[in-house]
Amino acid sequence: MEGAVLRLIESVPGSPAIETPSAVPPAAKPMPAHRGMNKAWRWLALHRRELRALAIGAMSLALFLLCWHLLTKYRVTVYIRFINVPSPEMVFNSLMRAARDTKFLNHVFLSCRRIFIGFAIATTIAVPLGLVMGRFRLVREFVFPVSEVLRPIPAIAWVPMSIMLWPSNEESIIFITFLGSFFPILLNTLHGMTMVDPVLIRAAQCLGAREASIFREVYFPATLPYVFTGLTVGMGVAWVSLIAAEMISGQFGIGYFTWEAYSLVQYADIALGMICIGVLGLGASALIRGLGGIVMPWGKK
Amino acid sequence: MTAPSPAAVNKGKVTVTNFSLSYDTLEGPVEAVSDTSIRVDPGEFVSIIGPSGCGKSTLLNAVAGFLKPTHGEVDVDGDAVAGPSADRGMVFQQYSLFPWKTVRENVEFGLKMKGIDRSKRETSARTLLGLAGLLSFENQYPDSLSGGMKQRVGIIRALATGPKVLLLDEPFGSLDAQTRVIMQQILTNMWQRLKTSVLFVTHDIDEAIFLSDRVYCMTARPGTIKAEISIPLERPRHQSMMLSSEFLALRRGLMSLIREESLKAMGGEVNEIALQGLGIDLHGQTLADVI
Repeated sequence: MEGAVLRLIESVPGSPAIETPSAVPPAAKPMPAHRGMNKAWRWLALHRRELRALAIGAMSLALFLLCWHLLTKYRVTVYIRFINVPSPEMVFNSLMRAARDTKFLNHVFLSCRRIFIGFAIATTIAVPLGLVMGRFRLVREFVFPVSEVLRPIPAIAWVPMSIMLWPSNEESIIFITFLGSFFPILLNTLHGMTMVDPVLIRAAQCLGAREASIFREVYFPATLPYVFTGLTVGMGVAWVSLIAAEMISGQFGIGYFTWEAYSLVQYADIALGMICIGVLGLGASALIRGLGGIVMPWGKK
Repeated sequence: MTAPSPAAVNKGKVTVTNFSLSYDTLEGPVEAVSDTSIRVDPGEFVSIIGPSGCGKSTLLNAVAGFLKPTHGEVDVDGDAVAGPSADRGMVFQQYSLFPWKTVRENVEFGLKMKGIDRSKRETSARTLLGLAGLLSFENQYPDSLSGGMKQRVGIIRALATGPKVLLLDEPFGSLDAQTRVIMQQILTNMWQRLKTSVLFVTHDIDEAIFLSDRVYCMTARPGTIKAEISIPLERPRHQSMMLSSEFLALRRGLMSLIREESLKAMGGEVNEIALQGLGIDLHGQTLADVI
């Protein structure tokens, strides 16, 4: 319809509607030589906000480092004491040393392995359980009370019990990690199942889908975004639980490393351990988000 | 595959006899639809129209197999409806496309459920998408489509399995007026090509007249059939017919039927002052008498 209207306008002889467009093109179309520049300029204009956020972010980080540097350099003591706090330079030197130290790398590796095993077990149990609980009322009514009683107990509170339950330290720490991530994953999956649009179920039924197909083709993909929310939250809690467990009962791991550094008066290593834990947690979350983007391509516009 | 076999053309007779449906509440059962009988002949386009809450969607959902009648029978080609099936394709007002499937995967869904292999599915889906003018969107996800496009996908998705009857529940209710008119035209074109029986629920009088061979007008709750109106307008129909005297006469007739029921449905909320602007002639009676 629009096309017809345009053609009508064009066919009117001598109307200004024709003359104006014919005069414009040379100005609107840039010369080939300038095209590259123009594109770069446009890219900049389109990403102005992101670039600004990036610049501000970098500035804020630099300011943080500067404050840290000044506070430790002048050993500021205003109620809180920076006397023993390592300076950024000391931490950086410590990092350089640690990066070549197999013992430190082993700590990091062991922590990552514990997270991976605990988190993987939690995912393989919590996601199917949440899906089944969401689909079958009887299962939900049966499992939910137990999960509600156990859920508010922080994973750290399980440390003594866990040491009693499991034959070795390694298993008890993995169990703590598992517990930390289990409930967020379970609850989010269950929540996702209750949020499935009933119209989609009816649409699938009208197209001849039976129970198993509806579960696979509708319930599961509809719940996936919630599952991934659960995985992200669960991963965060898993790290919290792991570090606590390692500090209390470990002999290896980055949490143990951090605590040991305090006992051995190697203050630079405390900060190194902390930063390392932060970076690992961030990396794990980014990994899950990346995976979510691959598994759920429909979320992107 | 899209063109149904000649045998299929003769199928799709829907018969609803002495249908009633009530919900249980604390105060006892509440009747939503009461003693209603309708039929859709093979290849016929039938609309149900009525004020909101009259139970027209309830009736449609019973034909789809989502609701069981309290009394009466729902048959398609002589077989009692026992539950939802691909025999009765449904189009919902809320589009109800699967957001995690591309446009083509959505259209293929019913065929996939039938166990038809991938390449055949793809060919049929492409043909239908072509008919609906959506071929270039086949690999997009529904979120990136406009409302009218989504509903076109919804319609061809329901048609892909070659259902005996197509059920539409206010499918154009959330579209803007212009898109609506175009969609009505597209639906009639497709229906004329495929000759599937259609049961169409709407509260839009123009839409019902423009699309249908026959229109059932329902009363306010508990819903029952108030009138059955044949639409003798010739086909193919064009938008320009909406201004013909024949169309306008039908419109006037249906409008007065509906208005009565709408007023009843609104109950005590309506008073004489509110009615003044509506140009309703009370013929000297009080409002209570009319309602």
